[in-house]
Amino acid sequence: MTAPILIFGWGNPARGDDGLGPAFVERLEALHLPGIECLTDFQLQPEHALDLAGRQFVLFVDAGRELAEPYAVRRLAPAAQASFDRHAASPEAVMQVYVELHDQAPPPCALLVLRGSRFALGEALSAEARTHLDAACTWAERLFSGRSTFPARTS
Amino acid sequence: MTDLETAAHPEHLRRIAIEPLSRVEGHGKVTLLLDADNRVRQARLHIVEFRGFEKFIEGRPYWEVPVMVQRLCGICPVSHHLAAAKAMDQIIGARLTPTAEKIRRLMHYGQILQSHALHFFYLAAPDLLFGFDAAPDQRNVAVLAGTHRDLVRQGVLLRKFGQEVIRITAGKRIHGTGAIPGGVNKAITSAERDWLRADIATVIATCDEAVARMARLFEQQLDTYAHFAECKAPALCLVRNEGTLDFYDGGLRARRADGTPLFDNAAADRYWELIGEDVKSWSYMKFPFLKCLGDADSGWYRVGPLARLTLCDRVPTPRAERERQQFLAFAGGAAARATLGTHWARMIEMLHAAEVIGMLLDDPELLGRDLVASGGQRAERGVGVIEAPRGTLIHHYRVDENDRVIRANLIVSTTHNNQAMNAAIRSVAQRDFDGREISEGLLNHIEVALRCFDPCLSCATHAVGRMPLIVEARGADGRLIARRVRDDAPMSKQP
Repeated sequence: MTAPILIFGWGNPARGDDGLGPAFVERLEALHLPGIECLTDFQLQPEHALDLAGRQFVLFVDAGRELAEPYAVRRLAPAAQASFDRHAASPEAVMQVYVELHDQAPPPCALLVLRGSRFALGEALSAEARTHLDAACTWAERLFSGRSTFPARTS
Repeated sequence: MTDLETAAHPEHLRRIAIEPLSRVEGHGKVTLLLDADNRVRQARLHIVEFRGFEKFIEGRPYWEVPVMVQRLCGICPVSHHLAAAKAMDQIIGARLTPTAEKIRRLMHYGQILQSHALHFFYLAAPDLLFGFDAAPDQRNVAVLAGTHRDLVRQGVLLRKFGQEVIRITAGKRIHGTGAIPGGVNKAITSAERDWLRADIATVIATCDEAVARMARLFEQQLDTYAHFAECKAPALCLVRNEGTLDFYDGGLRARRADGTPLFDNAAADRYWELIGEDVKSWSYMKFPFLKCLGDADSGWYRVGPLARLTLCDRVPTPRAERERQQFLAFAGGAAARATLGTHWARMIEMLHAAEVIGMLLDDPELLGRDLVASGGQRAERGVGVIEAPRGTLIHHYRVDENDRVIRANLIVSTTHNNQAMNAAIRSVAQRDFDGREISEGLLNHIEVALRCFDPCLSCATHAVGRMPLIVEARGADGRLIARRVRDDAPMSKQP
């Protein structure tokens, strides 16, 4: 049975703060919140469109550099763009593939970006990134346990 | 040194760079040096950032390595996982149980299936279906999903199936922990087996269709495909003793481009007796060569689907072997000699992987519970060699008495193909570019040639950070003539 909510983080945990997305997902998964499925990967690919099927809501989670806040959330819309040409595919493009494959709009999706600063091979999450991770997890825990509504914090 | 590798007077030539390469994994760059008549004088594939993953492994306990090396690559982590596990089997002196080997094989053939599907349906198909010169904003799978919906749906489903095979055998779709030194840590239940088996007939039929599609493309464009990016080179792969194709284990076989044998059934765990490794100042990727042919300039070779299907004597599944025979016979062997024939060979291998998965799912031993062999005589050195999606993959480790890795040497498939890829782009540079005005479409011809090899530059080198695609043309005096950024407007003249 497909869980109504998918939390999907991507990035490389062996590259410092690039692992913020998977780290966030692992933290949320440990809470065992009902109705939530957690998924991680290194990069987005077209077949991830299949993971959107049957959901009520999907939260994509990534690390980012150009961000003023510790974390930011925004709603997403499908977008056909040349973004599968290398490994920097966007969640909007995954949503567009969903549209093309299913002939219908994807479920509501949002992107949570956590600010990172150090992306070197072999490094762990930086201290600063851990702080941002804590803050984002607090926000998400409140959201998914029904103690706040989306968007609690957007950009 | 090969033709067009190094120009005599580069200071008088204008330079064009394709950076980063698109629809390949990882970051690389191609540079062309042209004279005043637009004749190509130098063409190189560069790997410009150093990864140093081998150093990263040193000092780690050996049992961590099969999990750790998956960080090399988000596309074929299973290949690294299994090559490292095979090496560590040797370190602990273990001989796998039949069930453990079958589970590992299932994992590996699932990986081959999903990786080949990714390459063909997501990366190569836009070139083949829209044309090499198609508008750049058209050459991607998101557009393909709108124009060739069934094709993309097939690609998505094959990828998904392959990943589910990996999830069931390794515990996770990506970066699982299934293979451990001496075996595997996860049994397969009959429910999991049956769940996969429910889809296998559809998967095989879809692969059949993909092979037929690639054959049709070749028939329709034989003149172009047969000679594009010509690269005649010796070939290397693993085969079983009797010459049968095997992606998981075997001895090394190499032949010249004309089929003359160089060596056969050679011990893969003593690869260094056959393969040397050289470096060049302009790339961080090593230049391996066959020692029996001389040095890096005279002894380079290629690996991968085309090498495997032309080197082996048979494919041990009926549909794929039938397709291989047709492929070899097509147009008097034109496809089997062509660089673009690699795509066709890749689809035949994808079909073969699906057939093998079906056979393994029917094998009662797959559900056994004897998963880990007890260790035997401890060894200081372990060498794991497998045929990864892109070709032969070598992991070589030395482990000290404290269980720490003290030396690691990896030769990944893309590294084996380093000089072959350079030869292919030089062929394109000579045939397609010489004397013509440079356009975005022409630059894509270079990338089409590289994509035949499905290079995975992220595991062939170090890749950190984000690089924009910038193509610059400079005059003989070094002055910037034109500059173009990918995803931007057509090449613009500088003031």
